[in-house]
Amino acid sequence: MSNDISDKEKPNEVANAEIVARVMNLKKSFGDLHVLKGISLNLHQGENLAILGRSGSGKSVLIKCMVGLMKPDEGEIEVLGYNVRSLSPEKLNEMRQQVGFSFQSSALYDSMTVQENLEFPLKRNLQLFDKKELSELVKTALYDVGLEETSKKKPAELSGGMKKRIGIARTLILKPKIMLYDEPTAGLDPITSTEINELILNVRKKYNTSSIIITHDISCAQQTADRVIALIDGQSKMEATFDELKDTKDPELAPFFKY
Amino acid sequence: MKLRPFLLKCEDVYRFIQRIFKLVFFSPFEWREILKQCYAVGNRSFFLVSFTAFLSGVVFTRQSRPSLSSFGAESWLPSLVSQAVIRSLGPLITGLICAGKLGSNIGAELASMKVTEQIDAMEVSGTRPFSFLVVSRVVATTLMMPILVVFADMIALFGSYLTVHSMNNTGFKLYFNDVSANIHYLDIFSSIIKATFFGFAVGFISCYVGYNSENGTIGVGKAANMAVVVSMSSIFIIDLLSLQFINLFR
Repeated sequence: MSNDISDKEKPNEVANAEIVARVMNLKKSFGDLHVLKGISLNLHQGENLAILGRSGSGKSVLIKCMVGLMKPDEGEIEVLGYNVRSLSPEKLNEMRQQVGFSFQSSALYDSMTVQENLEFPLKRNLQLFDKKELSELVKTALYDVGLEETSKKKPAELSGGMKKRIGIARTLILKPKIMLYDEPTAGLDPITSTEINELILNVRKKYNTSSIIITHDISCAQQTADRVIALIDGQSKMEATFDELKDTKDPELAPFFKY
Repeated sequence: MKLRPFLLKCEDVYRFIQRIFKLVFFSPFEWREILKQCYAVGNRSFFLVSFTAFLSGVVFTRQSRPSLSSFGAESWLPSLVSQAVIRSLGPLITGLICAGKLGSNIGAELASMKVTEQIDAMEVSGTRPFSFLVVSRVVATTLMMPILVVFADMIALFGSYLTVHSMNNTGFKLYFNDVSANIHYLDIFSSIIKATFFGFAVGFISCYVGYNSENGTIGVGKAANMAVVVSMSSIFIIDLLSLQFINLFR
């Protein structure tokens, strides 16, 4: 699978597409540490939006607020028409089932095999217990991430890249409308990183998802994103396509592209 | 601890217990996971509880015998041992063993799930981890503890019988006739109720510290340690309170 611009949406098409998630003036502090200082963004249907920033700039906090894992201090978050801050636990669950979240650490359930990891959300959310049906769905999800042969393995037996793929497969199994990737290539070698980037593009193509990709990896943003938001010190510094961003003279952003 | 953080902690504990009761009675019941956890609780503790109960029965009988002999009251041995075992020793030993074995196990398991974001992963996929992980474990320990106590009581009495038999050649029927003549329904009932509270305390405390663990791997060790220490302390407190309460009916 190629990873060139042909796999990305054209910028104009994206800009005109329906907004599926909106964040307005989001603020979040931990004690005296102000992590998010009023960030706003829109995610359009079918778009891959990368949030680029240094470690500790609040990227992960932003997407955790979007799925209700953290409570923001101020601001509004709207995901697929749900106002996240005012949702009841039942409605929050309903919204979460339509949003896939791929964790930086993969967060696979240690005590379960890969098969059980993938079956878990199906059994819990869709009350699906038919073994044949479960097996088919798991097989398809594993095929989509290129790891059909791992179903009997435990997470401890998998490499870092494989864990990331299985983590993505586990979210895909519920056919999400939005995917949130938290540092999908962190800690991976360049070849595996490229494979993960290709997978992100494939997922969008096959599942018609809109994605937010949190990363500090320039090549990840370059290969996967239609649009990039540079997050510096808890604030959106610049919003542009990757090509526009890499030519920036901004003293805080330019160093990103030197390395 | 300062007053405000202490009060906030109390509120947090209260909300945790409230959430457990709400989900036990009002949410889709976790039959499968509860059965799995019941099996795990029983399986993990049965051998150790049986072994300790057997030894306690033997040791208590051997230690009590000389004192009773000096008063010429050796025949009271079955009565003394059975009352001590059923009223106090059985539940206490089982509670402490479970606090150590299950407390550390549940505390560390949930804490490591928390720090490796596995609980967050369940949360964001809408799979209701609280009910799956916490409610099922608390229900399992609460249900299984009385069963383990009944087993422990029987095994401790059997250990005591073997000791008496080896020394005096007392018959099985005679020994257990003596036991049953001196044990009242209130003793058995109170022992089971007490064990239920022990089970709830061990399950709730271990889940609470594990589920709210933070600070990476240090937090996992701390959670396991807290689960054991606080569970054991709570068992002694519950034992004392239940003794006071049961004495009102004697």
